[in-house]
Amino acid sequence: MATVLVVTSGKGGVGKTTSTAALGAALAKQGQNVVVVDFDVGLRNLDLVMGAERRVVFDLINVVQGDAKLPQALIRDKRIDNLSLLPASQTRDKDALTADGVERVIQQLRERFDWVICDSPAGIERGATLAMRHADAAVVVTNPEVSSVRDSDRIIGLLDSKTAKAEKGERIEKHLLLTRYDPIRAARGEMLKTEDVLEILSIPLLGIIPESEEVLRSSNLGTPVTIGNPTSAPARAYFEAARRLRGETLVVSVPAERRSFMGRLFGRRAVA
Amino acid sequence: MNLLSIMFRRNGSAPVARDRLQVLLAHERAFVGKSDLLAVLQEEIIAVIAKHVTIERDKVQVKLDRGDTVSTLEIDVEVPGAAATAAKLALEGARPAMAGGF
Repeated sequence: MATVLVVTSGKGGVGKTTSTAALGAALAKQGQNVVVVDFDVGLRNLDLVMGAERRVVFDLINVVQGDAKLPQALIRDKRIDNLSLLPASQTRDKDALTADGVERVIQQLRERFDWVICDSPAGIERGATLAMRHADAAVVVTNPEVSSVRDSDRIIGLLDSKTAKAEKGERIEKHLLLTRYDPIRAARGEMLKTEDVLEILSIPLLGIIPESEEVLRSSNLGTPVTIGNPTSAPARAYFEAARRLRGETLVVSVPAERRSFMGRLFGRRAVA
Repeated sequence: MNLLSIMFRRNGSAPVARDRLQVLLAHERAFVGKSDLLAVLQEEIIAVIAKHVTIERDKVQVKLDRGDTVSTLEIDVEVPGAAATAAKLALEGARPAMAGGF
């Protein structure tokens, strides 16, 4: 039984694409058959973060419009066999996505994969609502920052009203993924704490991804952090989140980078 | 917690952020899909006033202040011809109580 998961946030730049790639790779490494789907038509980036930008021939819209068959558009990851990418179109605009077409493609993907992970565009327009439309579960990516939390609240409202599940009177499963978290600044009262965000949004916590230079390094290299540096703090957090998605109950922790004594003293990462 | 943060501990801004968000979102959740409530209130209040006195539509100002426990809706209506009789209506608690606890 496949699970369709939408990774969404409302606000841009909070880490949807990074998290889609990292969670997708983590689930695939745990033996699941995974496809990551880019819904950001016109501004595709998941291909770049996955390191597959030079292998894109056909895209989601070609499949929706019947110009290409689904297997022709799917790009299999070179590092992990059971991980595939369905890229977004870079040239056509969002109106090319039709509700019926998206439903058909999602249905076909359900038959082939265990996990269909939809990377939503920012905003609350057509692309975002279509990305969440057929989801069974949602990962709401949030930064510990006021505008991100407000937008997440808005998105949670949409998940509860505009998705196919919600319209049938069913509940969509929602998970909070707190990204770019800095436990030291939160402890100092400079950044919203995990408990603050959880209390405000009141959806269960999937994981806390600590702010880390490894995340930028991974996108620079086109390698999801869970593939490129699986022992780094953010990768460990993504692996744990993936296990929780699969139903395991784990205590949520904030994985920390290893620090030297001087690094600990001055709150910086030691130069290795 | 490291040495420097203990030495230079100061009041953080995060509690302010949390409080602002809680107030804002309580309102936004209560008024999802009813974003034109202000416009409706304004229209109906003006209609009532217009029954009794002549007023100019563009001389009406509506102000809203969303508070934690109480919100204020302030409507300034300028009644022409009698400068001293500008009516000021301040409707306390025009918004319903916030839905549920946070």
